Amino acid sequence: MSTFVNLIPDMSQWIVAPVLLPLATAALMLLIKERHRPIKSTINLVSTLAGLTLSVLLLLWVNKQPAASAYGIYLASNWQAPFGIVLVLDRLSAMMLVLANMVGLASLSYALTRWHHAGVQFHVLFQLQLMGLYGAFLTGDLFNLFVFFEVLLAASYGLLLHGGGSARVRAGLHYVAVNLLASLLFLIGVAVIYGVTGTLNMADIAQKLLLTPASDRGLLHAGAAILALAFLTKAAVWPLNFWLPGAYTTASAPVAALFAILTKVGIYSVLRLWTLCFPTAAGDSALFGADALVWGGIATLIFGAIGILAASSVRRIAAFSIITSSGTLIAAFGFSDIALGSGALFYLASSTLSGCALFLLVELLERARQISGHHASIDHGHDTLHAFVDTEPMPDTNLDDDEKVLVGRVIPAALAFLGMNFAIATVIIAGLPPLSGFISKLTMLQALIDLHNTAGWTLFALLIVSGLLAAMALMRQGIRHFWSSQERPSLRMHALETLPIMLLLGTCILLAAWGEPVLSYMHATAEALHQPQGYIDAVMAAQPVDKIVTIEGIAP
Amino acid sequence: MEFVISLAIGVMAGAGVWLVLRPRTFQVLIGLSLLSYAVNLFIFSVGSLAIDKAPIVKPGLAANLLNYSDPLPQSLVLTAIVIGFATTALFLVLLLALRGLSGGDHVDGEEEKH
Repeated sequence: MSTFVNLIPDMSQWIVAPVLLPLATAALMLLIKERHRPIKSTINLVSTLAGLTLSVLLLLWVNKQPAASAYGIYLASNWQAPFGIVLVLDRLSAMMLVLANMVGLASLSYALTRWHHAGVQFHVLFQLQLMGLYGAFLTGDLFNLFVFFEVLLAASYGLLLHGGGSARVRAGLHYVAVNLLASLLFLIGVAVIYGVTGTLNMADIAQKLLLTPASDRGLLHAGAAILALAFLTKAAVWPLNFWLPGAYTTASAPVAALFAILTKVGIYSVLRLWTLCFPTAAGDSALFGADALVWGGIATLIFGAIGILAASSVRRIAAFSIITSSGTLIAAFGFSDIALGSGALFYLASSTLSGCALFLLVELLERARQISGHHASIDHGHDTLHAFVDTEPMPDTNLDDDEKVLVGRVIPAALAFLGMNFAIATVIIAGLPPLSGFISKLTMLQALIDLHNTAGWTLFALLIVSGLLAAMALMRQGIRHFWSSQERPSLRMHALETLPIMLLLGTCILLAAWGEPVLSYMHATAEALHQPQGYIDAVMAAQPVDKIVTIEGIAP
Repeated sequence: MEFVISLAIGVMAGAGVWLVLRPRTFQVLIGLSLLSYAVNLFIFSVGSLAIDKAPIVKPGLAANLLNYSDPLPQSLVLTAIVIGFATTALFLVLLLALRGLSGGDHVDGEEEKH
């Protein structure tokens, strides 16, 4: 492993590749007619796999550098910061890239069995969604962040409506209206910050903030707060999150699974800009808005936990668990504590993957309950896994009074698979030992004990209570779905539908198994976030590539 | 001029907020458009308002904000207009789709029960 890591070349010129790859793929797929879906699926899958490889390489590359200089800077069009747009790769954005990629790959492979038939241009929108996500995670420029936000939002509007139907259109209308308003707030915030600091480069803004005269500081704080409102709407923080349950429960399963990463974009943006602009060393502006983040997060956590308990379907539980994880993350990051932050980053990875898996499981569960005639007709069943359908009785089987097979009737293989994965997802989401949810929560709880303040103890209690409530609600649904004695025909699942769930939950198990290196990565990430000077220096010192010297090989 | 601009922004933002809170989809659409006009004017105005100061460098005139207006907010407004236009068009499509599916123009797809 370590020898392989040493082989990774200098990737700093590859930082832009995760943005260009989906853009090129989307453009290529636009040229292919809709009836050639197999070709589109193949291109999409290959491109997403290439993106995953690329982002894992970027993560390994950034991680092998010493902690103080673990930044990759890409100057777009070779313009030096702050005049051009910069793309910045650090541990946080590399981690978000890999997460977005894994979620994308999982929902794509799930969609390939049936969902991509449900509407037009699924593959193009999907790649544009990925492009917006990667761009938002990589960019170091505030207005460029707005542009990538709009790219990912525009794609998400299309994806949310994928499959059609009046419920989706209604939820889509609300979703679009809320996000358009949030985008306007984003623009106001950007304009005010530009008016005060005269720059849009994030590192440069952070630098100029220290020089802001006291008379402009109120305006600056107002701008930052308005900008934060836009991000917090995206992150689904109470009371800005009433759009989420409607949108996420009506979206088709692979789209809802992909949306598990969308709220994390809002959280990422808050984390990035807040740690960069308002660190403890920022004089009068130090930790501006920390209380709002902490108590907003706590309120979100309460709202989500109550919602989970009140939810009548697994789909709503999944939607509210997204809100709970947002609340946990925003509150935890608001404390601005390195140990707590590293636990929260671990939780970010674990909750994104498990939330995505739960949304995919939901549809299979609902299919298992509702399968009767017309639902099954959508399924061709051409290449169904044999083990899952082969429940026909053998000629000489023992039959009971109702002419039913006695052996093998209790739990069909498909249902056993679902039950197993549902149990694992429950354990991770509720934060029960021994999987990744528990490790991340334990790390956060340990850090909260050391804080000794009211907000810390409140979050401490709520983390435990919300886990308990999530476990109760999910177990109740599990009993309803798996232990009820309804007669039902065998459930048909495609291998491609089971694979992504196993991939996501398997990654969560690996996160727990490799807890030590993962936690040390998260710790290094949190430390770097609390030392924003490293980021600022790396961006401002980045030099344009000197073409003549590198091409001709003339050493100065 | 500052007074006229700020009054225009205020009136459009106020009317926009009022319309966005109305229950009819078309009112929401017009409200969102008015709000985006207000925001665009606002972005434009953060780059210092000036008359007869094009952001194009002339020979012999020092390149600072005393002699020219700031070009950056103008390019930001341009981007914001394009993006706002596209998303408003998408909202319009949704509005028509909802109207076709529900037969009404209430934002919730059904009339409130009194």
